[in-house]
Amino acid sequence: MAKAKVRGKVTFQEDICKGCGLCVSACPVNIISLDNEKINAKGYHPATIEDMDECIGCASCATMCPDVVITVERL
Amino acid sequence: MAVVFKKTKGLTDAQTHYCPGCTHGIVHRLVGEVLEELGVLDKAIGVAPVGCSVLAYKYFNCDMHEAAHGRAPAVATGIKRVRPDNFVFTYQGDGDLASIGTAEIVHAAHRGEKISTIFINNAIYGMTGGQMAPTTLVGQKATTAPNGRDEAHCGKPIKMSELLATIDGAKFVERVTVTTPANVRKAKKAIKECFKLQLEGKGFGIVEVLSTCPTNWGYTPQEALKWLEENMIPYYPLGNFRKPEEVE
Amino acid sequence: MAKVLMKGNEAIGAAAMEAGCKYFFGYPITPQSELPEYMSRELPKAGGIFLQAESELAAINMVYGAAGSGVRVMTSSSSPGISLKQEGISYIAGAELPCLIVNIMRGGPGLGSIQPSQTDYFQATRGGGNGDYRLVVLAPANVQELVDLIIEGFDIADQYRNPVMILGDGMIGQMMEPVEFKAPKKRELPEKDWATTGTGGKRKPNIINSLYLQPEDLEEHNIRLQQKYNDIKKNEIKVESYNLEEADVVIAAYGTTSRIAKTAISQLEKEGYKVGLIRPITLWPYPYDEFEKINDNCKGILTVEMNSGQMLDDVKIAVKGKYPVYFHSRTGGMIPTPNEIIEKVKKIYGGEI
Repeated sequence: MAKAKVRGKVTFQEDICKGCGLCVSACPVNIISLDNEKINAKGYHPATIEDMDECIGCASCATMCPDVVITVERL
Repeated sequence: MAVVFKKTKGLTDAQTHYCPGCTHGIVHRLVGEVLEELGVLDKAIGVAPVGCSVLAYKYFNCDMHEAAHGRAPAVATGIKRVRPDNFVFTYQGDGDLASIGTAEIVHAAHRGEKISTIFINNAIYGMTGGQMAPTTLVGQKATTAPNGRDEAHCGKPIKMSELLATIDGAKFVERVTVTTPANVRKAKKAIKECFKLQLEGKGFGIVEVLSTCPTNWGYTPQEALKWLEENMIPYYPLGNFRKPEEVE
Repeated sequence: MAKVLMKGNEAIGAAAMEAGCKYFFGYPITPQSELPEYMSRELPKAGGIFLQAESELAAINMVYGAAGSGVRVMTSSSSPGISLKQEGISYIAGAELPCLIVNIMRGGPGLGSIQPSQTDYFQATRGGGNGDYRLVVLAPANVQELVDLIIEGFDIADQYRNPVMILGDGMIGQMMEPVEFKAPKKRELPEKDWATTGTGGKRKPNIINSLYLQPEDLEEHNIRLQQKYNDIKKNEIKVESYNLEEADVVIAAYGTTSRIAKTAISQLEKEGYKVGLIRPITLWPYPYDEFEKINDNCKGILTVEMNSGQMLDDVKIAVKGKYPVYFHSRTGGMIPTPNEIIEKVKKIYGGEI
């Protein structure tokens, strides 16, 4: 039976992320990481989520982000 | 598809100059959100004195004054006295409020100025590169306290919330932090209560926010949050020191 | 309009209110305290606000906040108190805010004395704060002129978005003379659309600021400030002069000392001496060109000041070496007497000095 859980979707405004990682440690399901393959306009590794399906839409990441990079939606 | 979190209109589009992981950014967002949620954005006038947050006049999406170091409460007094219907707030660092501007904050509180102050305590001078502040902890190293603050030399750090809570005109005094999502939510609640107090014309209100300075503390952003919780909170206990109910 | 006998310090308050100033932030200091006292009585009656600040530097920052919010506002103090305000004044000039600052000078340096002096001329005209900025500095010689300059001072401040300083001294502040309150000359005063009144959701935020981290921006800002100061130099110079075409000796003096000089001149004229006077009313912008009206046969300029020689520099700049410049000084709160000036003029006549 599919997990009847809230599904969330996070979008990162990549080019204003400073790669500080506060969202990484704030995420309760540990799905956020800094994208070491990419350098953004500011020269940082921007935060990213590989497995968006695991996101529960709690917005802890956005709550901790000092640069308002993150928008969170609930499906 | 419901948006549960998006950028507040209380902030401009400017990207901040703050160092990566500096929690000034979080507090800016909280202030912007509260201004928007209380519907006072278009009558707000903020005062940003010298310090890391001097450039806040570019970040808050309302009329702003840049003020001299330590003088924001006086500037805000001048604004509020001539524009009593506007919402007037100051956003100050600890080097500003707890050092050069101590007289101004004490007397604004003493007069019961109907302004609201956000006081960022990160136990150091950030903008100028990490010097010791009146809030620097005993033993904490800084560029002007290379062996750590020495109590015998320059005393213990100053506890502004406790000090201001002794002043009758200060109708709301609370110390919060933003080290976890839960703490951020509590901080926002305190800021909203403090701002509401001004709208009800009750008097002076201040929220002290224990904040990090990863760069000058020499920690990663996450380590800085941990250091704050383990070292600052014990010395600067969180909580409310004055609230209107107690006052009546 | 009927004249009213008023003490200088109180006349300042009355004149400011006449000019529509409703806000005063001050601090007690002799010899100007009657002004904050007057404002604390009168402003509330007119729906205005008087607030005594915790210090002079807090007061000037309150003026910064109020002026930035678009209202006519003033502060006053005396010499050491004005020193405390210098950083705030520099910010006000940098942020281009209109306001009035009154200095009722007393003896210095340091705590000095409470008697009158003119020892803050440099501070007022060369800038006591940091940066290339200028205050329009107006120096009244009597209580009527004090009232006129206060009323016009608010217009000048608004027209140029610049702080204006009234430079009086303990004597002018404390003496009583009959005054009337006349409307100033008509001026086109710009709207204060730059003021912080709350965006009302209708405009972009207004920012009151003197910080320009990018050097290109600060240079451009300074160039714009200098253009403004040049406009003020062109339009706002005020000076009174007497008998420059005939005078063998010209006295240069402002404020209280110019009245003493006038007594000396009338006495000297009875004895057949031809003496002239240049009395700057605007100390900045200084009336340098006035000195070009002095006749070529003039034997010299006698500058008289209640300090150790400050306007003296501007007189030397003005004459460009064409005439010898002499100096008579009493300081510490001592007032020069007409006879002292008469003796000096006679010595210049006789070529003894």
